[in-house]
This record gives sequence, structure tokens and C-alpha cells, in this order.
Amino acid sequence: MKTVELKSLVFRWPGQPDPVLSVASFDLEAGESVFMKGPSGSGKTTLLSAIAGVIDVPQSAVRVAGTDVGALAGGDRDRFRVDHLGIVFQVFNLLPWLSALENTLLPCRFSARRRNRSGPDPKATATRLLSELGLEDTELINRPASALSVGQQQRVAAARALIGAPEVVLADEPTSALDEEAKDTFVQLLLKECKASGASLLFVSHDRSLEKHFDRSVDLPMLNAGKT
Amino acid sequence: MFNLCYKSLLNRRFIAALTVLSIALSVALIVGVERLRTEARAGFANSASGIDLIIAARGNDVQILMATVFGVGTTGAGISWDSYEMIEDLPQIIWTVPIMMGDNHRGYPVIGTSEQYFDHFRHSGGRQLIFAEGVPFKSPDGAVIGAKVAQAFGYTSGTEIVNAHGSGEVAFDVHDEAPFTVTGVLGHTGTAVDRMVFVSLEGFDALHEEPASEVADPFVLIEAPEVAGEHEDHDHVELDEPDEHEEGHQEHDDRHAHGSGHEDEGQTVTTSDGHDHDGHDHEPGTINAIFAGLEEKTAVLSVQRQLADHRDEALTAVLPNVALLQLWSITSTAETALRLMAGAVAVAGMIGMVVMLSASLDNRRREFAILRSVGATPAGVFSLILLEAVLLLSAGIVLGVIALSALTRVIDPILAANFGLRIGVGLPSFREVLLIAIVFCSGLLASIIPALRVYRMTLSDGLLVRL
Ligand SMILES: Nc1ncnc2c1ncn2[C@@H]1O[C@H](COP(=O)(O)OP(=O)(O)OP(=O)(O)O)[C@@H](O)[C@H]1O
Ligand SMILES: [Mg+2]
Repeated sequence: MKTVELKSLVFRWPGQPDPVLSVASFDLEAGESVFMKGPSGSGKTTLLSAIAGVIDVPQSAVRVAGTDVGALAGGDRDRFRVDHLGIVFQVFNLLPWLSALENTLLPCRFSARRRNRSGPDPKATATRLLSELGLEDTELINRPASALSVGQQQRVAAARALIGAPEVVLADEPTSALDEEAKDTFVQLLLKECKASGASLLFVSHDRSLEKHFDRSVDLPMLNAGKT
Repeated sequence: MFNLCYKSLLNRRFIAALTVLSIALSVALIVGVERLRTEARAGFANSASGIDLIIAARGNDVQILMATVFGVGTTGAGISWDSYEMIEDLPQIIWTVPIMMGDNHRGYPVIGTSEQYFDHFRHSGGRQLIFAEGVPFKSPDGAVIGAKVAQAFGYTSGTEIVNAHGSGEVAFDVHDEAPFTVTGVLGHTGTAVDRMVFVSLEGFDALHEEPASEVADPFVLIEAPEVAGEHEDHDHVELDEPDEHEEGHQEHDDRHAHGSGHEDEGQTVTTSDGHDHDGHDHEPGTINAIFAGLEEKTAVLSVQRQLADHRDEALTAVLPNVALLQLWSITSTAETALRLMAGAVAVAGMIGMVVMLSASLDNRRREFAILRSVGATPAGVFSLILLEAVLLLSAGIVLGVIALSALTRVIDPILAANFGLRIGVGLPSFREVLLIAIVFCSGLLASIIPALRVYRMTLSDGLLVRL
């Protein structure tokens, strides 16, 4: 089953002559992990935004979990996003005044689907996810997110993206602020949890050394040129 | 959402606290000014609350009020004792207190009156005068002094004082021959009474037995014509020669009839004999004013008209409350200025809040991006900002009202003692609630500006976390 389907997606930022994205076809299978690379400014973040429905995409160009994202109205798109997608940013993933645990539970706050899918006790699920990602200390996960190290913050962000088992996890250069060792650990943990929950993972990074952990690898400029 | 908003604000607690403080300040100020204003007005209106009518020779209402209640200036002319007795005999009137003035003691006005003055005068919302020490004057040489007078010169019961004629700072003429003994000191009222010296009618007249008194008060000559519009000579004679001797009285009335040439000619002569009236052992020639109380308050307008139509003498009956409001309206410019200032502070408080909300927006862009990534709609983020404004405003208003009531608790006694003003610690009035509602709504309206900015920002930023 395909969790993400892109078909003749063309996207142009307002005021720019050339489209940033012109993808003929791109799919993500359920449980698949894909590494996406491409030079800076090639449109990687824009592609993730298109999948997440944060930018206006034409109708029937983007399907996530079988739903045409471009056909959804504004508010519906926001609700759809949290229902079906988990997102990890490069840095600053967390609301600094909430604890790690509360940050992890944010999607459950906004989405009934995610809440229902995170078991009878979302809090216990969050704690389990966090401990699987290496944050076992209850004192640690109850302290404000601003008091965590960058690596710890990224792992909390991963836990937040994974809670409630969304179909797709999008990660936009989540390791760029981490050192070599932490990078590998983080990617392996993320992959393991995605496999466990059956989510597809689209992982954007410059860092070729991480490529080997993934099922397959996609080069965005090539994709844009229609070579995939 | 509320929880998120609360925690987000808590994260910025320092600047949020400052904003709440500035809102609290503007609320306290705007409500405080309003309360002070209404209470000052009410207290002012109450400063003659026991008196239903003030009767004096025809003249300006406000001037009569100023002279009799506040001891500032003089009434135009005097009124005859006959008129006093006529008024006293009116069926609607249950009490009268004669007022004589124009003298001062070391710059403080001396009032000639009867003992009933102390029973009927009311101040600061209906309080009766109380004696801090001593008793009302019983004899012609007794005097009762206001609290400020006692304080200024260290007088107590038993002190002998000497009056000077004329109502200026400078004593024109010291009446060594007519010393008074202080029999009582009035308690603090915060009104003009504190600055007054009260003596009996007889005692007041005794000041003028000296021949020198004729030239003593030159102000009346200058003031009277324009004020009362009456004959110069007439005023002069009446004010400066309140003779108590029967023959002097007669002579005075003759002159009166001559000088003024009023239609009351002859009548004054026939009524000029001494009356034997109950309760008055002394009958002065003229007095300056009469405080009167009515049996039925509703009859006040008809009595006023009746006195205005009185043919023997041109009289004005002043409704003190009406005149007080008239006087108050003169001060309305200052009042407006005060309210404008309070309003300006409130506007500054609102602007401060908008600035605080707006300034933090750029720092909070990633907060909004994160919220959107977990499903918050732009409308949700918009309402988050509004919710923040509601929280800040509510906290500011609550704090402001609490601060104000705490402050009034502290300064109420001080104001009451010094100005006879009571702000009152009670619950906010309807007007105050309305003012608070206006502050709240305008604050909320103003916060739409940053909320709209956030709305647009979240739409254009998408998931991009800008650094
Ligand atoms: N909000 C925007 N408005 C207009 N143009 C934009 C906007 N965001 C991105 N772009 C443009 O779109 C192009 C692709 O940007 P994008 O952020 O997708 O690149 P990227 O591949 O993620 O780069 P990087 O690796 O540096 O993050 C760039 O040329 C950028 O200037
Ligand atoms: Mg990018």
C-alpha cells in the first residue's frame, strides 16, 4: 500500500520564474524508509511542505494515505496533517516551556485519531517511546524541553512524530546539529521505531554517510528532471 | 489551548508581568479617577446636605452659596430681621438658622449664628458636626472654632480671642473691646467649617458697636453693586451698620426706604418695631443669610418661588444642591482634563500590550511552526494570540481593581480628614464596570493586530522554521 503518491506535481513559489518542484511520479510504500538528498536550495523542504499540505498544491497531485491533500480546505488540511503525518525539523523542534513528555503528547492534544491510536494511556505510550529512544529518566522527560541537549531534543521530536502511529514520518535534516556518533544512533533509533509502527519515513539530509541505513535513496534534482 | 497559552505566557513571565502591571495601572487610574470624580461630586453636593434652602438678599446663587457654606466672599446685601421672622413663621419651614458674616479672626471668617447651626449643618455625606471638645456658645462672648483654626493658633476651650473686622487677611481694626472666649472646638470635617469661627448673633453685633466699624469693610462698597445690582448706599449701610439698638434700627430702615426707593416703602417702617419672637433673645438689625429646613422636602420649589415673590424685600432662596452642581460645573474643565489623562494612560497601557504581543511574534515563529506541524490551524494560532490578550487583560484588570481597593483603604481616611472626601471601598459601580469593559474590549480589539500578523505569518511560513 502506498502511503504517499506524487503525480505530476509542479510547484512554483510566488514571484519565481522556474518551478522548484516538477515531479512526474514519486511513491512511498507503507513501512518503507527513503533517504532524500539534493543540494541546498534544490527544493527538499518545499517537497516535504507539499506532502504535509502546508503549501498550496494543485488537486490530485499529492495523495497521502489515499487522500488528495490538494483538495482539502485550509482547516481540514491542518487536521489531516496531524492525523496522518509526523514531522521532525532540523532544529528547535520543541516548545521550550513544555516538558519533553508534554511535547511528545502534542499531536494527541490536537488529533483524536492520534490519541486513539496511541493506546489506552497516551502518556504511558509516550514514556515508552521516549525510553526506547534512550530517554528513560523520568526526571529528564518531565523537565522543560529547553533544558535538554540538542540530541535529546531531536529524540523527543522523533517520539512526537511517531506517537499515535501516523502513516508517514517526514524528517527535514534532523541530524545536522548532531555529532557523528549521535547522528548514527539517532537515525537507527528513528528507523527502528518507524519499522515498529509501520510508518513510511522520508528522511531529507545532505549527509551521504547516513544513506546506507535506508531502504532506498532519492536524489531530488534527478527526481525533478524526471529521471526516477 | 488554554493550557498551552498559559504555559507560553509563563515562559515569558517577566515581560508578561510588566504588561499586566501596565494594564493594572491604567485600570486603577481610570477607575480611580472616575471614583474620585463621582465621590468628589457627591461629597461636594453633600457639603450642605442638611440645608434645604439658603435665603439671602437677591443675588447670584453660586455667590450666596460660596459665602454662606464655604466662607468665601460675601452675600450681596443683608436681609432684615423682619424677613427672618417672616420666613421662620412660614408653615412649610421647620427650622431656620440665621447667618451673619463679614468679619474675620486673623484671616479666618467669623460667622454670627445661633446654636442651632451645630444641629442642622451637615457635611461629608450627611454627617453632623461634632464637638471635639467643649460645648456650643451659651453667652454673647462665647465662640466655637473650627478644627483648623484651633490647630493654627493652638486655641482650646477657655482661650480668649479677639476678632478683627473685615474679611481680608489683614485686620482693619482690632476690636479690643469685644473679646471672645472659646467654648468649644469642632471636630475635623474637611470642609470650610474647619476654617470658621462661630459666635452668637449678639456677639457678632457687639463687634460693631465701636464707631470705627463704619469704615471697616471697604470691599462691600466695591463688590456689592455689580453683584447684587442694588443701590450702593443701601448695601453699604446695611452691611456696615447692623445696629442692634432699637432706634438705630428704625433710623436704618428709614434710610433703607429712602435710598432704595423700592415699592416696599412704608412697610418696612411699620414692621420695624422690635418683635418678641420665641427663642430669640437678641435681634440684630440685619443678617446676611438664613439656612432653612423644610418639613416636606417636596415643597422646596414652591417655597423658593414664594420667597422670590416676596414683596417687602428682594430675596433669593438658593437650593444648595442645585447651586453646588452649578458650582461644580465650573470645575468640569479640570475634571475633563483629569479624565483625558486617565484615558491616555489606559491607551498607553493598551499600546504596551500590543507592543509586547507584537514584539514577541518574531521570536515565536518557530513556536507557531511547531504548533502547525502538530495540527494547529492558522485560526487556532490567531485565537491563541487573542487568548493571550484576554489573559493579560483579565489579569491586569483584576490586579488593577485589587490595587485600587487596597489603595483606597489606605488613602480613604487621609482624604476624608483633609478634604472631607470619601472614595468608598465598596464594589465598583455600574459606570466603573462599564469603563473596565471598555478597557477590556479596546485591548482585545488592539490585539487583533498582532493576531492577524501571526495568522498571515503562519500561512506564509508553512513548516519552514526560520532562524
Ligand atoms: N517561502 C518561500 N517563498 C519564496 N521562495 C521560497 C520560499 N521557501 C523557499 N523558497 C525558495 O525555494 C527554493 C527551494 O527552497 P527549499 O527550502 O525547499 O530548499 P532546500 O532544498 O530545503 O534547501 P536547504 O538544503 O538549504 O534546506 C529556494 O530557491 C528558495 O529560495
Ligand atoms: Mg531545507
